[in-house]
Amino acid sequence: MYKLTDVKKDYAKGRGTVHALQGVDLEIADGEWMAIQGPTGHGKSTLLQILGGLDRATSGSVLLDETDLTRLGEGSMTKVRATTIGFIFQTFNLIPTLSAQENVETALVPLGVSAQSRKARSAEALASVGLSDRARHLPTELSGGQQQRVAIARALVKEPKVLLADEPTGNLDEDTRDEIIALLEKLWQDKGLSMVMVTHDTAVARRAQRLGTMRNGKLTVKQKVV
Amino acid sequence: MFFTYLWRELRRRARQAIFIAIGLALGIGLVITVTAAASGVKNAQASVLHSLYGVGTDITVTKAPTAGSGGPQSFGFGLNTGTASRPAAGTKIDTESLRGTGLGTISSTSVTTVASTKDVAAAAGGLELTDTKITGTIPAINSSGGSGGGFGGGEGGGSSGSGGQSFRSSFTPTTFTVDGVDITNGELGPLSTSKLSSGATFTSADTTAHVALVDSDYATSNKIKVGNKVTIDKTSFTVIGIVTAPSGDTPPDYYIPLTVAQTLASMKNDVNEIYVTATNGQDITTVASAITKAVPGTTVTDQDSLASQVTGSISSAASLANNLGKWLAIAVLIAAFLLASLLTMSAVSRRIREFGTLKALGWKSRRVVFQVMGESIAIGIVGGVIGVGLGFLGAAAVGKFAPPLTASLTSGTTGTATPGGARSFGGGGGFGGGGGGGGFTGGFNQAASNAASTVTEHLTAPVTIAAVLAAVVLAVLGGLIAGSFGGWRAARLRPAAALSKVA
Repeated sequence: MYKLTDVKKDYAKGRGTVHALQGVDLEIADGEWMAIQGPTGHGKSTLLQILGGLDRATSGSVLLDETDLTRLGEGSMTKVRATTIGFIFQTFNLIPTLSAQENVETALVPLGVSAQSRKARSAEALASVGLSDRARHLPTELSGGQQQRVAIARALVKEPKVLLADEPTGNLDEDTRDEIIALLEKLWQDKGLSMVMVTHDTAVARRAQRLGTMRNGKLTVKQKVV
Repeated sequence: MFFTYLWRELRRRARQAIFIAIGLALGIGLVITVTAAASGVKNAQASVLHSLYGVGTDITVTKAPTAGSGGPQSFGFGLNTGTASRPAAGTKIDTESLRGTGLGTISSTSVTTVASTKDVAAAAGGLELTDTKITGTIPAINSSGGSGGGFGGGEGGGSSGSGGQSFRSSFTPTTFTVDGVDITNGELGPLSTSKLSSGATFTSADTTAHVALVDSDYATSNKIKVGNKVTIDKTSFTVIGIVTAPSGDTPPDYYIPLTVAQTLASMKNDVNEIYVTATNGQDITTVASAITKAVPGTTVTDQDSLASQVTGSISSAASLANNLGKWLAIAVLIAAFLLASLLTMSAVSRRIREFGTLKALGWKSRRVVFQVMGESIAIGIVGGVIGVGLGFLGAAAVGKFAPPLTASLTSGTTGTATPGGARSFGGGGGFGGGGGGGGFTGGFNQAASNAASTVTEHLTAPVTIAAVLAAVVLAVLGGLIAGSFGGWRAARLRPAAALSKVA
């Protein structure tokens, strides 16, 4: 699925340069669940953004199914994000003016899906996360866990190959966290997704197949979780 | 999704959207009001110019009078009694003269010359005349001065005899004005502004007929009706129609066929005014210039030059609408556009995470920009609708509360004959008594002579379809400008940067 070779990412910050990634090598297989841990500011989110085509590496190559994301134009990169990659964010990032169902529909808009089909597929996606009865609710009318479920439905409605989750349980209480992780695990298994999850939560990380640790821009795959 | 998202977003920041829309509405409303007021002033000016000038006439050609010109001057006091130089006391005077007004004469061939000038559609000659009638009795004069009295004449030339006794009060002068109308070009000339109130107008058969049209005011004050006989220069005419001139116009009292007028005034083959229509309304200045070359020595006047002579509150209103109003509207509009742009950019800044998320979901920058622009244009259209409403209200207020406009056209004082304006009978018959002889100062000045012709117009501010369309375009433009700034900012967002800024 993914093959990263000597990926570096530098940011200009003030007069200096921040070396966010300092030669990351990584392979992620199809259907694999990998968790990435590490202290804040050591490159976890940067790595996730480069995997998701939200940002570009300064050097190195990022192959996604033989396609080097570092060489793609903006249009092609947008298309990859629209078709292949699903995102889940710590802060849910739902559009506040749109209902749960409409939020899910936003992921289908770039694919040119008809309005009728969008409605049907988003309803189905909401059902798969147990929120059929909240389809018409605005994000502000939902709990944190429900909002994250909507975000998961939005990420999965387009049936991506990869699900990238950046601290998906960071804003949730423990019970809700377990509920969301259980849901993600089930969806990962059911849909055969590759899943990369950045998390501070060791309990969550332990449920992944592999655990990587980012420190000073370098990735170390510490253990293999069976 | 586009419209759902747009509508929800506008509802979410309704207060800001209304604020922007009202800003745009004020600008657009002001533009419509000023445009309507300017249009109203323009209409008023056109109405004034039509009154003073003639509907359908683009250009008039006149000639400044030369010294001694103006046709025969003798009043023809029958000098059958008394001395050869002065009628005897008790002599009855009853004389009438039809002569040109303060305009110089132009040969009729010049009408043909003008008509054949490039881009001239039609040209018609006209003759403005004044009929002066003097009745009375020569009084006894106790002459103590020099001998003899003289009857002098000459335009502008009469002077009173020194030391003589004035006997002006012994005579009763009456005057009325007569215009000779080129019947073959009836749509041009002095009749063009008037409407037939009763009877009939001239036909081609009337070219040499002794028939007349009478101005309605003159007909009323002199109790003249269709079918009556009237006398002009001791010649009987049948009144075939009564015509009404527009308010503010200074029409002649009678209209008679041009050929007849020329004969009576002993001005055969002469006219003193040529009315011209150009083939293209845009080329008036060029045509006027060509006529000036074709007929040298004449004064060629077009509506622009006539308009420049118009003074009074209509002129101030035009200046106000064209200068202050226009710039005020532009300033408010620019301020509204800037305000809308700044607020839209501010709104985009607050929605960075939202747009970053959409880009992460695979939305193209173009789609995000369209979304932002769509919202701005929607606000612009709402502002435009409110602005059109405000514009109509403003225009109605202008029509209701604006004071009447006055326009004055001064003429006759500089020797430049202004068509249709003041008609003068300056310096009429001098009756200069030599050396103590009897004398009187001539000069039967018509009321309007050498004075300002003033027209009052009520200002209306018509809102045209074009102005409404322009408002809609401005509204959309305002939205586009604001949306472009916001969209540009949204388009520049990198998804990662957008997400990391708020994460």
